[in-house]
Amino acid sequence: MPIGRKIVLITLLLGMVLILISIIAISAGSAGGHFWETLAILKGKGVSDHATATIIWQIRLPRVLLAAAVGGTLALGGLVFQALLRNPLAEPYILGISGGSAIGAIMAMLLGLSYFPGVALFSFTGSLLVLAFVTALAGTTLGSSMLSRDSLLLGGVMMNAFCAAVIMFLISMTRTFQVQHILYWLMGDLSRLQNNQLPILLVVLPCFVVIFILGRPMNLLLLGRETAAAMGINVKNTVLLLLVITSLMVSIIVSLSGLVGFVGLVIPHIFRLLLGPDHRLLVPACILGGGSYLIICDLLARILPASGEMPVGIITALVGAPLFILLLVRRTA
Amino acid sequence: MNHILDINNISLKYSDKLILQDISFAVAKGEFFVIIGPNGAGKTSLLKILAGLEKISHGCVKVRGKNIRDYSRRTLSQFMAIVPQQIEIGFPFSVAETVIMGRTPHLGILGMEGKDDFHMAREAMEFTDVAHLADRKLHQLSGGELQRAVIARAICQQPEVILLDEPTTALDPAHQLKIMDLMEKFRREHGTTIIMVSHDLNLASMYGDRLLLLKEGRVVKTGAPGSVLNKLLLEESYGCRMQVDESPVGQVARVTPIPAKFLPVHEQNQ
Repeated sequence: MPIGRKIVLITLLLGMVLILISIIAISAGSAGGHFWETLAILKGKGVSDHATATIIWQIRLPRVLLAAAVGGTLALGGLVFQALLRNPLAEPYILGISGGSAIGAIMAMLLGLSYFPGVALFSFTGSLLVLAFVTALAGTTLGSSMLSRDSLLLGGVMMNAFCAAVIMFLISMTRTFQVQHILYWLMGDLSRLQNNQLPILLVVLPCFVVIFILGRPMNLLLLGRETAAAMGINVKNTVLLLLVITSLMVSIIVSLSGLVGFVGLVIPHIFRLLLGPDHRLLVPACILGGGSYLIICDLLARILPASGEMPVGIITALVGAPLFILLLVRRTA
Repeated sequence: MNHILDINNISLKYSDKLILQDISFAVAKGEFFVIIGPNGAGKTSLLKILAGLEKISHGCVKVRGKNIRDYSRRTLSQFMAIVPQQIEIGFPFSVAETVIMGRTPHLGILGMEGKDDFHMAREAMEFTDVAHLADRKLHQLSGGELQRAVIARAICQQPEVILLDEPTTALDPAHQLKIMDLMEKFRREHGTTIIMVSHDLNLASMYGDRLLLLKEGRVVKTGAPGSVLNKLLLEESYGCRMQVDESPVGQVARVTPIPAKFLPVHEQNQ
């Protein structure tokens, strides 16, 4: 099958899955609502019960949109970093995004700033500062062959380790009632979003498009930078563009959701097992699949506890790790 | 002017170390040009410079009469392909997927291949005899098959120049000849210029139109195989004893490096 048709097919299929899962997630919850009723309300018809309609429009739909954006962005971020660094353990936070954004967020919380824009802004700034430091480091240590993947990787891991120490220091100095806020943020928490922040999510859409266009160059980069250059890729510009765009979109998402873990690591691997290594297929698959996956996880995080919710980051790994192992075993068997 | 490549006085430095010094030569269109020389002579660096993958400290490389720096990566790749020494196969691409990557410099911004591209990939795979392996993953191939798959990718790029870096080093004699015959056939059919780095002096002798002998970053001699494969030049460049005579299979020079134990006793300890 030609690759173009394959891409369309996978995109349509996973797009439908995403929509279906979204509607199910919007229907579920303490305040009633069934699948068909939800569908009718979303279509703008059958507004029999005003309260249900309000809950769906004002609370659950934004929540599902956030989950889809966070899941899609993190999965795509992991895919790009795994390709750029040619390391299967790479995830979207690996260049220091997690450490930088966490320090920023915790400091904002300790200063008593509001969740938005205070914490989000501090977290975004922290993430960008660390990224700038890591890329500058990778650039200077190797001079001519700038952005070498090993120095990027090591720089990122070291910065994250350093930041982890700072985070633990900050937590150790914190009074009890704030600790839970901080821990929830560190585990990833989708419950804080307010509707007026939704438009920020739109920023990731153009990033998705650019990364999709760079799908083929990413395939070539997997064969080695020199080989890619020999086949007409401007390696330096491509790598730089991918780094900047991916880091930006992940930083934006993290500033709104906290550090939702594991999605970015496992979703790219699952789709690589299912679809092969072609990034022109993997980019749309990760966006849609990552989005669907996080909606499911967030749904479980909402409905599983008898009262309240648990951080979605717990579910992502709890479900994702066994799922991945299962696929791996079936694949090798 | 029939030169596709003009190399003028180029030098290459890594920090303070001079890798290549004052190198000048030209390669004619359709020529089979072989670069030989001992390890560390700078052969691979020279090949990378010809491909525009390495920046030179001094001098100028002209491709089709135009400075190589004035070409974009894409334009250069539309008529120049490289078969590298080491092939990275970390991700499980199939042979067909790998070969069609050679179409990259000819594709539009979305990088989607059309029917023609698939057709060309098919032809390239048939030419190098890997069509039956199309769906096999790269890491499942033998050395000879892998090398032919990579050459198919280079051919699929429709180049006017193919640069090969020691394409036969890891192969048995039959596979070495198969690769060399493929390149020779492709050149005959398409008028492609072939530039190859090789350690195999006898293959260089049998297939090369002209050879360039490199030692410690300098050109020792450029010319027809018969003139470059000279006993004294080779012995001095490689630092071992050699015998050069006419090969029994045809009018080409045959080079035999002589192990110490076959030397006369009074020379053995030198």
